[in-house]
Formats: sequence, C-alpha cells, structure tokens
Amino acid sequence: MRRSASFTESFRELGLLVFIVIICAIFQIRNHNFLTLENIDDLLTNTAILSIMSVGMMMVILTRGIDLSVGSTVAIAGMVSALTVQFFRGISPVVSVLESVAVGTVVGILNGLLVARFNVLPIIATLGTMNVIRGLTYVISGGAWVSSYQMSSGFKGIATGELLGVSNPIIMAVVINVAFFYFINHMRTGRQIYAVGSNPEAADISGIPRRRIIWLVYTLMGALSGLGGVIWVAKFASAQSDTATGFELSVIAATVLGGVSIAGGSGKVSGLILGTILLGILNNALPLINVSPFWQQAIQGVVILAAVLTNVLVKRNNQRFALRRRAI
Amino acid sequence: MADRILELTHITKTFPGVKALNDVHFDLKHGEIHALIGENGAGKSTLIKVITGVYQPDSGQILFEGTPVEIHSTADSQRLGIAAIYQHVTCYPDLSVTENIFIGHEKIQPFTRKIDWRDLHERAGQLLAQLDADFDPRALMGNLSVAQQQIVEIAKALSANARIIIMDEPTAPLTARESEDLYKTTESLRDKGVSIIFISHRMEDMYRLASRVTVFRDARYVGTWNLNEAKREDLIMAMVGREITQFFPKRKVAIGEEVFRVEGLSRTGFFKDVSFSVRKGEILAMTGLIGAGRTEVCEAIYGVTHPDKGHVILEGQELHIGNPAQAIEKGIGYLPEDRLRQGLVLEWELSKNVTLPTLRKFATLGWLHPRKENAVTKELAEKLEVRAGSVFDLAATLSGGNQQKIIVAKLLAGTMKVIILDEPTKGVDVGAKTAIFNIMNDLAEMGYGIIMVSSEMPEVLGMSDRIVVMRDGRVATILETATASQEQILRAAMPETVHA
Amino acid sequence: MVERSIRVERLWSWRTFFLQWEWLLVLIFIAVNIVNSTLSPYYFTADTFLQTPMTFLDMSFLVLPMTMVIILGNIDISVGSTVALSAVVMAVAYNAGLPMVLSIVLCLLVASACGLVNGLLMTRFKELSSVIVTLATMIIYRGIAYVILQDQAAGKFPKWYSALGWGSVGKVPIILIVFAICAVVFGLLLHKTSFGRKIYGMGSNLTASRYSGVNTDSIIMIVSVLTGLMAGFTALFLSSRMGSTRPNVAQGYELSVIAMVVLGGVSTSGGKGRIAGPLLAIFIIGFLNYGLGLVNVQAQVLLIIVGLLLILSVLVLNVRFGGRYKRSVPGTAKKLAAQEHSSETTP
Repeated sequence: MRRSASFTESFRELGLLVFIVIICAIFQIRNHNFLTLENIDDLLTNTAILSIMSVGMMMVILTRGIDLSVGSTVAIAGMVSALTVQFFRGISPVVSVLESVAVGTVVGILNGLLVARFNVLPIIATLGTMNVIRGLTYVISGGAWVSSYQMSSGFKGIATGELLGVSNPIIMAVVINVAFFYFINHMRTGRQIYAVGSNPEAADISGIPRRRIIWLVYTLMGALSGLGGVIWVAKFASAQSDTATGFELSVIAATVLGGVSIAGGSGKVSGLILGTILLGILNNALPLINVSPFWQQAIQGVVILAAVLTNVLVKRNNQRFALRRRAI
Repeated sequence: MADRILELTHITKTFPGVKALNDVHFDLKHGEIHALIGENGAGKSTLIKVITGVYQPDSGQILFEGTPVEIHSTADSQRLGIAAIYQHVTCYPDLSVTENIFIGHEKIQPFTRKIDWRDLHERAGQLLAQLDADFDPRALMGNLSVAQQQIVEIAKALSANARIIIMDEPTAPLTARESEDLYKTTESLRDKGVSIIFISHRMEDMYRLASRVTVFRDARYVGTWNLNEAKREDLIMAMVGREITQFFPKRKVAIGEEVFRVEGLSRTGFFKDVSFSVRKGEILAMTGLIGAGRTEVCEAIYGVTHPDKGHVILEGQELHIGNPAQAIEKGIGYLPEDRLRQGLVLEWELSKNVTLPTLRKFATLGWLHPRKENAVTKELAEKLEVRAGSVFDLAATLSGGNQQKIIVAKLLAGTMKVIILDEPTKGVDVGAKTAIFNIMNDLAEMGYGIIMVSSEMPEVLGMSDRIVVMRDGRVATILETATASQEQILRAAMPETVHA
Repeated sequence: MVERSIRVERLWSWRTFFLQWEWLLVLIFIAVNIVNSTLSPYYFTADTFLQTPMTFLDMSFLVLPMTMVIILGNIDISVGSTVALSAVVMAVAYNAGLPMVLSIVLCLLVASACGLVNGLLMTRFKELSSVIVTLATMIIYRGIAYVILQDQAAGKFPKWYSALGWGSVGKVPIILIVFAICAVVFGLLLHKTSFGRKIYGMGSNLTASRYSGVNTDSIIMIVSVLTGLMAGFTALFLSSRMGSTRPNVAQGYELSVIAMVVLGGVSTSGGKGRIAGPLLAIFIIGFLNYGLGLVNVQAQVLLIIVGLLLILSVLVLNVRFGGRYKRSVPGTAKKLAAQEHSSETTP
C-alpha cells in the first residue's frame, strides 16, 4: 500500500492529539490543579493570542515565506492603542481594537511590499522590519510604559471581559480560526494561497495573481498581529517597548509543530489548532509541574527542529517508495 | 478541407544559429489519432510549441476548422480548445485532483466566491469516470503515480472542452499495464470526438492507436502515411534516411588496452545492469532515446549520484566515487549535458572557469597563482581556437561552441584518463561542431578513453569506434561502428513491445 | 593555427575602478565623520579613531564569516545565540573552578561546536534551507544558555581578562589588533585562496561548482565552523568588556551583522561582493552609532537606522543584481534565451 501524504498528515494530527492527551495526563498527575476549569480557561486565554497569530503565520509559511516581525508588530500596535487610551480615556474598546488592527495592517502591507514587489527574501525583509518597528515602538512611547492605571477598564476588558462565561480572547480566537478554516478551504483566494506555495511557477502560468496573494498574506499576518497586540497589552495591563520580544519564535514553532510544511504548499487548520494548543500547554503549564520557565525556549527550538526533520525524513521515504515502483 | 480540424502549412521557425522547423506541414482530421514521429532534434517539440502558442512561427499558416488563425499565446491556443499533455506533469502536488483539474480554468468553469466542494468533486469524479479512472478525486496529486497524474491532465483538458489533445511521449514513464490503460483512455477520447496528436517513439503505440503517421526529420516534413499501409522498415528509413553530408573528420587512431569499464551498474528507478568498456584512444558512443538513461549512467560514474549496485573500474582498479571531486582526482572528466547550468559559471571570466576543477594545480597550499591560471587558460583556449578577446571575458559572452570549448579546456587543465562528453555538439553551429570533432580526435590520439553521449545519428556513426545503445535503462546492444547502420541503431533503441 | 591571440593582461579603466560600491561606502564614511565632527570638538584626533572602535568591534568578528555565508547564498541568524551560549559556558565553567585559560578555550570550542552542528544539519538535510536550520538553532542555543544560567549573571573574571576588551598595546586597542589580523586572514582566504574561489563559485552556480569537483559539503562545514569560531571571539571580547555575561547577551547581533554585510555590497543572491565593503560598513555603522551617542540618541533609534539600512541596501542591490532570481551578465540574457531554445532536449 502506498504511503500517502494525507495519511501521514492524519497520522501527524493523531500523534499531536495523543501527545496532548498524554501531556495533560502527566501534568494532571503532577499537579491536581491542572485540569480545573479555572486553569483551563487561563491556559486557553493565554494561548488565544498565539492561536490568532499562528493563523496568519500559517498563511505566510504556506507561500514559502516567513515573518520575523510579528513580535514587534504586537508591540507597536499594542503601544499605539494603549497610548491612545491613556490620552483619550473615554474611547470605546472597539475603536481601540480597530486601531490596533490598522497599525498591524500597515506593517503587514510594508512587509508584503518588500517581499512581493521588491523580491526581498522574506527572512531579510522581516528581519529588517522587525527591528525598525521595535525601534519605532520605543520612540513613540518615549521609552515610557503605559501601565494598568493609565488604561480604562473598558480597554482592559478587551482581554478580561467575558461573553457567556468564556473570556473574550478565546472567543476571538475561535471566531478567527473558524473564519480562517472557511477562507482557506472554501474560498478561491484561500485555495490559491496553497497553489502559490505548492508550485509558484505553475501558479504564474495558471494565471493566479501570485504577487498579489503574497502581498495579501503578509498584510493579513500584520492585521492579526495587530489584533494580538491589543489583546496582549489589555491582558497584561501594560504596554512596553519590549513587549512580545521573541514571540515570533513561538508563533513559528506552533505553526510548524501543527504540520505546516516550511517548504510551503501544505498544512491543515486542524493540525494548526492542535499544534498551537500543544505549544500553549508547553509554554504555560510547565511552571505547574515545577519545570523552570527557562526551559521554554530550548524546548521550543527542539520542537521546531524535530518537526522539520520529521517532515524531511518522511518525504525521503516516500520518494524512495516511488522510485521502486518504476519498471526499471 | 472540412474534415480537417487543424492544418499547418509552410511553417518555419528559426532560432539564432538553428533552424528548428523548415517549411513543415501537418494536418489533423476530426476525431483521428495522428502519430508524429522522428528522431531527437527532428522538430516535433517545436511544432507542438507552435500549436500551443509558446512559439510563433516565422512564416507559414495555421488553419483551424478551415479558418486561418493566429496563435500568439498559450491562452489563445487554450481558447481554441487545444490542450497538451507532457511527460513531466506540472501540477500542484499538495492539492487534490479536483483542484488540479479546475484551478486556472475559472474562465471556463466559473468559480463562485464560495467553493462548492461536493459539486466539484462530483464533476471531477465524472470526468475521471469518463476516462475509466478509479481513483478518488479527493486524493492529493503528489500521491498519484505518473500514469494517474496523466489521467488527471487529460481530465483537465476535457474539463476545458478540449477539441484537440496533444500527447507528448505519454507512455515513456509508464509500465505495460499502465500503457494499456492509457491506450483505452485515448481511444475513448477519440470516440468522443476529440482529435489527438500522439508523439511517441514506440512503434507499438503507433500501430495500436493511430490511423495516420507523419514523419519529421532534421526539421523537415518527410511524409504522411496511413498506418494500415505503412511498413515499419519504411518508417524507420523515413526517420533516419539521409545522406551524411556532414564531414566527420574521424582519424585512424591506435587503440590501446582497456582503460575503463563498468560492470552491472544499477540504480533503482533509473538504469539496470549496465556494462561496457572503453579502451585507450577509443571513442565509445552512447546513444538511445530520451529517457533511456544515458546521462543518468554518466552522472553515476562521475559521482553526482551513486549507483546502488555494480562496479566502476579504471585502469584495472575498482573505484568508489563519492563525488565529482574524487572522480576528477582519479582522472574521470565530464562535460555535462546542460552547458549553462552545469558546465559553466556564466558570471565568471574564462580563466576562473577553466581552473575550477583543478585549483590544486594553480595554488600552493591553497594560495592561488592567478598569473599561472591566466597563462594556462590562454594556452588551452588558443589550442582549442576559442574566439575570445581575453581570458577575462565572461563566460556568458561566448557563443555556444566556444563555451563548449572552454568546458573542454576545463577537462584538459587536469590529467584525465577518461573523458565523458554528454551531447558535446548540442546547440552548437556547424563550424564549431567540426572543431569539437577535431578536438575529440586529438584527445583520442593522446590516449584518452572517450565516451560520447549523443542523440545525433550521423555524429554517432561518424565519430565513434563502438556504439552502446541504451533502451529503457538497460544496454540494448553494443555495436562496432564500422559495421553498424542507422536502422540497426534505431531499432535497438526503440521499444518494440511495451515492456512487461 | 591561431587566429587571434588571447590577451592575458587586464585592461584598466579609471571609470570602472571608481564606479564600485566600495567607493560609495568610503564617501558615506567620510560624510558620517564630517557630521560627527560638528557635534564634538577635537573629533579628528588619533584617540577618537583608535578608541571608538572598541565599542563596536566585538560584533564585527561575526561580519567576517557572515560575508562568506552570504556570498555562498545562505544566511545564519544563529550567531547571536552562539555568542550567548559560549560566553555563558565559559563563565559558568570558570566559576566552577576551571582555570581561566581553559575556560577561554572551552568558550571557543563550544562556539565552534555550535557552528559544526549548523553545518551538519545543512549538509545532511539539504532539503532544509539555511533559514530554517539557523532559526531552529538560534532558539536552541540561546535556550540552552537560559537553562544553564537562567536569568542570572555570571562573571567575576580575573583582573587580566578585562584587559582583553579594554586594554591597548601602546595607543592601539588589543581588540583592534586582533580584529585587524582576523580581517586580513579572512580577506586573504576569500580573495586569494582556492577555498575562497570555491565559495564564490558555489554562490554563483552551485550545480556547476558541484560538477566541477568542488566538495560543496566540506566548504559549508568549514564556513559554518569558522562562523562558530568567530562567534567565540565575539563572546570573549564582549564578556571581557562587560565583566560578566548573561544568557540574553548579543541579542539582535544577527540583524546588525547581516546589515553590515549587505550594506557592504554583498548581495543576498550570492556570488558577489568583497571583504572591503563589509569592513567599511562596520566602521560606518560603528561611527554612526558613536555620533548618535554624542547627541544622546537612544540605542533603540540605532535599531531603526540599522534596520532601514539593511532594507535599503538589499533594495538597491536587488535592482542592480536582479534579486534572488539570479541573472547572468546583463545584456546576455537574450542571447542565453536563444541558446536555450536551440539546445532543447526534446525537439
């Protein structure tokens, strides 16, 4: 029986699910407070930002790109909306959210311009913008923080508020994931994103607007980072110029763990969600079992490496299989 | 006239230095399967590219359903209902069959904003069913076998309401059973009223499927026959029959003892059980059809790839070559098939190119001596009569023939024992060809063993001492050039029966 | 019979000589210094030009191998993490009792090992781009540093150690001397040896280089180890100047280093550039930073400037060299297209 890529993908998702179950079991045994409603809610709220942004990162990676600037985008978008609230306390939280998303979108448009229009390598373009944006965050904040008492309760409620007992960030993450699922599976532009990553040359010939699609995915990534930004500063009730430093690595880790191939063209939303949850658990729950948070980064790195190496080895195996089928 | 769906008359297409099509004709009747055959380089691919709009002819006329048309782009040709299926399928391997069929055809199958998957899969399934295919349209394209991918390509053509389908060597990568399935599919297409141009080297394909066959040779139209009247020998004669007007300056060279041998060389999926030997001063030609495995064997010998089984023996000693650096060190040189991508660093000047494989000779403990590099390059370039102003000319500025000479200079800069030349005169004009043949003679006289991979029959017969004919990854036969004929070679190279 | 003799002497033209990227950098460097001199009296003294480099030369060791990496057509964003890890290991080992000299050796060994791992991953798994490999190792190396040292600082180095980063021989800082030696070595390696020639070859045309007998795997391994080793040097000088080390040192170094290399005229498409450019870029950015310090501009603003410089340089180089879609000598594109048509395999 020929081992198929979709079989491997389902296998992978199953593996992730099993892993999540096992890890939850281990955590629960070590700390009975793990699987409490309160803790789960806390865990999911913390993972919500990661989930929202991994949606964007998935689209970028699908097109064979990468975006290192998302952490900085979170910082600047969050800072702008926090500063606005600081000076215009009566402002509606909805406006704050829109403002933050807008700032993120601008960054995304810039990234898209560099990559799609000017053919700059994504790693270089986003490495540059990552630092420019981070510097700008510092400049517009004057090096000062915006802290909790400077924020309106409405603003903070963006992250702490609840709807029907479920915290806002979780709701937003769910909505975005559902919308994304619909977009990437049932809409033409969404499918074209897969095509661009699967075979860019064929996409050009088929008349798919490759450059426009690439620009789009970076713009969407920026917008989602903007949303992540306002949730972040609302949740932690603090906007600093070093907010979310290094967060881009977590986002990439979650996406890659979820089975999105770094070579582009393949990846499923179900895998993405599982990968994000798993990484969220790893990031948030380690202190509960007395693992020092200082292991977090190393674990993330190992996760990424293991995920990409697994992909490579599986692909090699499939190729060997295919060659044996040939008559020669 | 009305029964011809497509007619091309007096088509000529020239590229700088090469005439790809010389006043050729071709016509296709409604609902017929028409085979187009000829050797490598005869002009078949170019004709197809003209029909599909990739190239525009320099002169001539194209009639579609009796009306003159101009095909300026692939979109034009698609609009007429012309589709082409090639050996190597370009597709989206990570997407499903259904998507591969319908993506890019939005103009014809209008996509609404929301994709109705069930409807699409169903339509895809219907198309596949028409072609007697039994696989699930939801399968990922990358998981399918080549045969199945071809079916998807045909389904794609059908979905675009293709009236003419061109199949370019479709059976080349297929097994016997898969080829049989393809025959059935092709016949059912014809029964539906699709007109088909079928390019193939396999006589069996032709006799089984086609009603007429057209032969091209050396960019010219030779003739068209009804297949129930044509005899195999006549067709072969038509494909190769030419006066060898080119002068091949083959000299009598003293041939020494064996210098190089391969035994039982195999690489799964590429070639099997290849054995031959070369002697000092001998020119051994390796010929066969595209896909026969010649270049693959050479690359395995040279260390670019690794054989799974077999032995490589140089001057009596068995070699285990892991990479080209080792091959060069042992004395095996290789002139690659793709001159521009594999043979030269185009942005570099000549001297840097020439010395790259043998840098050790031009450096002490790693420290380079550019003056020595330049001097040696000048010497070799002048000996080979390269047309260049200075050793600092960039390789990209040289003509094809001169570029080839520079690659030969690369090989000569070191001490070689065996030299493999892969299509040495491809894309080289007549004048430079003769020069390269003279160089080969000089090399033979100097005692090198030479393996020449070539698809050009006159060249093979004119320059070699012995000929290895490959077919489907195996050595079909080894002939002595003095007693060999073109027909013999071609017959050995072409699969008589679809292999089991 | 020779029709025409082939010239072996290079033709010299003042125009082509001065139309090079490096001269533009010289102009920029002069401009930066002129601006700086308006901000501070007594600017043009030997002291200024000898002492200031001490502040930015620690990072500059990385520019040397990174130039090779980018000429190869690759990238390495793990260098900052390698610096951190090797510095942390050294500090912890010393504080655990290992003699300082051995700790220094250990630092260099760890750093080289980090480079070695990068090289192994890239050569054994060629399907993976250098982007994803060095992204993963960037996280892992620094992660290990955090595991070892958490958020503590380690240091308390012997008195003589600070002389490494702060000391001078006469008026010339030690770090400048060491850097100059390394720069000369790398320059010679890149421009005068077969090793360097192969690097350029691989960057211009990897396939042709492989077919021409270049052992591409070993070149990548050597360059990776050299990168690691230079990261070790950076770690030594940085920790010497800081007096201690933490796991978060050298954060953001990869940006500055890559920016310096690209500003130096080394195109990311590979195969082009010279050592002189990045060397000039180091001093441009270093003195620019110094000048910003004179007017009390924050370090974060420098981030913006360096980021912008990186992007601008890449844009300009892309326009000149065709970006990541490598093009041959301009003007011969048409000729090549025609050749490709006439040399089809399936006519």
